[in-house]
Amino acid sequence: MPRTTPPWEIKRELQIKNEDTTNPKYGHEPEHRPPQDYIRYGVINLDKPAGPTSHEVAAWTKKILKIACIGHGGTLEA
Amino acid sequence: MTGILPITLEDSTKIVQALLYSGKEYVCVMKLHGDAEEEQIKKVLLEFEDEIYQRPPLRSSVKRQLRTRRIYYVDYFEMNQRNVLFKVGCEGGTYIRKLCYDIGEILGVGAHMQELRRTRAGPFTENGNRKVTLHEVAYWFGEWKEKKEDQTLKKFIQPMENALALLPRIIVRDSAVDALCHGANLTAPGVLSMDSGITNDSIIAIFTLKGEAIALAKALQSTEEIVKLDHGTVATLQRVVMPRGTYPKVWRSSRKE
Repeated sequence: MPRTTPPWEIKRELQIKNEDTTNPKYGHEPEHRPPQDYIRYGVINLDKPAGPTSHEVAAWTKKILKIACIGHGGTLEA
Repeated sequence: MTGILPITLEDSTKIVQALLYSGKEYVCVMKLHGDAEEEQIKKVLLEFEDEIYQRPPLRSSVKRQLRTRRIYYVDYFEMNQRNVLFKVGCEGGTYIRKLCYDIGEILGVGAHMQELRRTRAGPFTENGNRKVTLHEVAYWFGEWKEKKEDQTLKKFIQPMENALALLPRIIVRDSAVDALCHGANLTAPGVLSMDSGITNDSIIAIFTLKGEAIALAKALQSTEEIVKLDHGTVATLQRVVMPRGTYPKVWRSSRKE
């Protein structure tokens, strides 16, 4: 069976149904979140080294950043 | 094994599911246990560009039942004696170790995965946006703590919205946001725009006009249907990530659909 399109090659177009404006008083554009929120809603594109498990690497990141909760997007073997 | 491991910080962990389902790409060195012809190897590799069966290995955190996974592509690079270098794009949850074992079985000589590097996890790539090592995380975090320049955070942290880049989006009005944060399903009047290609059962991400992620949801209609609807439920929520009260509660004169 031939190559199938991976998710990152799917082209999408935005279909507009209605227009509206957003109130600048509420919320923040993601890149402009205040620092505590920027971390709280942040992700890191990490290049995992060989050796430690994915869980260990996540735990170290949690320790470095001194945050309460951490997760990762798919285990990579040690 | 090395490579791309997206790390979700604090509340972003709520959307980690979006990454687990998204595709992955690996570069792999497979070691054959016997000699095989290059043409034969290339042929067998291509046979795996398909929906394949896999049972998770002993050392895994998931239930060990037979399941299928899609291999999007297998690109042969080169070989050197019994080492075969190839790139593979696949669905999340595919065990490359098992893939190498199975390729070895089909070839008849046996094989094992010698080395693996993940070059992509969903939207995150090796050459991508703000890819960092643990050392860089520690370094930049230290810089931020010391110099207190908030721009420094952006050097190694990116908004969780970037993790949702491969999911089809629906953008909603400000007035629909708080109801969603309280767990209400998404209804047609709240919808402003949406990506093409949404179908019933698609996992989607709902955003504000400012580009903030509100929730992950499951679509009940297709893009074409949603465009035409003026009432009715359009998607059911799976995981809310925006806290209540970020946007104001808006009372509607009529809440019936």
